[in-house]
Amino acid sequence: MAEGRQRIIHKYLRTTKLFPSIWCPGCGIGIFLGAFLRAIDKSGYTKDEIVLVSGIGCTGRIPTYVDFNTLHTTHGRALIFATGIKLVKPELKVIVVMGDGDAVAIGGNHFIHAARRNVEITCIVINNSIYGMTGGQLAPTTPLGLETTTSPHGNLEPSFDICRLAEAAGSVFVARSAVYHVGHMERLVGKALKKKGFSLLEIISQCPVHYGRRAGMGSAVEMMKWQMENAITEEKARKLSEEELRDKIRIGVLVDKETPTYQERLDTLQESLKEKAGAL
Amino acid sequence: MTNAELLSGNEACVKGALAAGCTFFAGYPITPSSEIAHMMAYELPRRGGIFIQMEDEIASLGAVIGASLAGAKSVTATSGPGFSLMQEHIGFASIAEVPCVVISVMRGGPSTGVPTHPSQGDVMQARWGTHGDRPAVVLAPSSVAECFGLTIEAFNLAERYRTPVIVLTDEMIAHMREKVFLPSSDEIKLVERLKPAEPPEWFVPYRDPGTGVPPMPAFGEGYRYHVTGLCHDERGYPTTRADEVEPFVRRLFRKISQDFDKLQWSETYYTEDSTLNVVAFGSVARAALRAVRDARSKGMKVGLLKLLILFPFVRRKVTQLMESSTTILVPEINMGQISREVKRVNQGKCRIETLNKVAHEPMTPHEILEKIEEIYG
Ligand SMILES: Cc1ncc(C[n+]2csc(CCOP(=O)(O)OP(=O)(O)O)c2C)c(N)n1
Repeated sequence: MAEGRQRIIHKYLRTTKLFPSIWCPGCGIGIFLGAFLRAIDKSGYTKDEIVLVSGIGCTGRIPTYVDFNTLHTTHGRALIFATGIKLVKPELKVIVVMGDGDAVAIGGNHFIHAARRNVEITCIVINNSIYGMTGGQLAPTTPLGLETTTSPHGNLEPSFDICRLAEAAGSVFVARSAVYHVGHMERLVGKALKKKGFSLLEIISQCPVHYGRRAGMGSAVEMMKWQMENAITEEKARKLSEEELRDKIRIGVLVDKETPTYQERLDTLQESLKEKAGAL
Repeated sequence: MTNAELLSGNEACVKGALAAGCTFFAGYPITPSSEIAHMMAYELPRRGGIFIQMEDEIASLGAVIGASLAGAKSVTATSGPGFSLMQEHIGFASIAEVPCVVISVMRGGPSTGVPTHPSQGDVMQARWGTHGDRPAVVLAPSSVAECFGLTIEAFNLAERYRTPVIVLTDEMIAHMREKVFLPSSDEIKLVERLKPAEPPEWFVPYRDPGTGVPPMPAFGEGYRYHVTGLCHDERGYPTTRADEVEPFVRRLFRKISQDFDKLQWSETYYTEDSTLNVVAFGSVARAALRAVRDARSKGMKVGLLKLLILFPFVRRKVTQLMESSTTILVPEINMGQISREVKRVNQGKCRIETLNKVAHEPMTPHEILEKIEEIYG
């Protein structure tokens, strides 16, 4: 079984260079990548049809290692490059992976506008609640009070709920999973890939080096145990009070609705312009 | 067959872009460039192309680069404040070698400055605005007809060299209306980016084919490859190895510097016997030509070199002119930017005079003539 799963992953890893992985031992990004590639394999998309776009950060390095059309952009800007690609080649499957700082700090403006615009992009945010690559600085997802390298006396800023932000901005599909729940994560990637329009999938992940050590959450194993103990499915969560839900991670599909995509609106416009031109 | 039309500089830029085969525009409104967006928004969807108004200028150039990677000739338009925001992505397009065109209509600065008046304050931003060392290609029209022609050439250079190209106009050129004769499509020469000839299995995305410009497939054409803003090896993968980074960055320069001789785009007027020569570009070049003609009618031996390309700097043309000049006068609507280039290549050959104005108003022929008379003695 395990061997078969490995083989699936190896179909998609680049072999033209022996890469040193940039990720630290215990990092959640590799676990996500495995689930992601298995979901891609099930989705039926060919490698040529997939464009994988990222910003900057540890998460931003994912595209380097995988055999798709891959684009590693600038910090926070993956969604806008993806928008340009998707509009020119609507037949391609455009997927964006970003870290939490990438997505909702420096890229926050693009994030809300991409959700609003509803260009069909599968947007996956790996949320480790910290800036991983640059050395454990405060992110807009860092919990209040946490000591980081740029909040050595404790974080004074409340944190973002990325899913609620996406929902408010108009995302037609919003879901959350955690790397501990690897099967669940794989299924949600599959669902997000199927969705027409802008879909947002948040993955709760661990950065044992910059977050675990500092927040006293310990090793990768302990951090994943925390995910296991605190994740609660959306169905169960709906029955609980605000108080009972405090500190819980709500996982599952939070929003799934239909609104016309940007492409559908554009197609309608271009059709009507053609008719008008024909009528002249 | 040619058609006469009455167009503004901004409109001529749009016509030029469309004539060059541009099918994608992403932008954010800003005076004095907005008419470019207005006309693109009207024209592109009617032709099956794409217009999108983005949330800011960072997003605009990002979308343009994405569109180009997907195979579309793409463009954005802006002015000073927006041009500043685009700088990071100008660097990205340089290092990732993605063809694209940025039209920047100069207005008074710094910051919000004088939004509705012309300026030439962004010459050095166009050259050095993005971080890191890279070659820059910057064109500078001084008439509506040149807005049309140089926008086409901007696309041609972008496609030929796989590089961002900047068309730097100013508020006066952008809003001025002139009668222009537009060539028909069969009179216009277009350059398309080179595609790989080999099958995908053999494709090495950033290998120098000898010209310094690797062929470029679009995403979705079966050539899966990696595009990154990190310094990369021939396969496109990130590298920090000195023996890979050094030749890579040098190739970015070489692919353009090897053609310096072909890129001496400029025009000379009355330079056969002139000893005082004016070097000017953009709207100032118009005033300079008038001033030179007036000076001639007063018997002064004055000539003009009008720059059509600012970078790479037309070193050969300028040094040639210096051989026969005692003085070069560089009038600009800034505190002296292209004059620094003139001084850089001068190396003691002749006297360099500058005439600067930062009230962000058009330079008048009279002002230039006065300076000519003062120098002439
Ligand atoms: C414009 C710009 N500002 C800052 C940086 C430095 N930088 C690189 S990655 C990063 C943060 C990464 O954190 P996150 O997005 O959460 O991703 P992670 O590394 O945790 O996956 C920063 C600030 C940059 N590359 N570009």
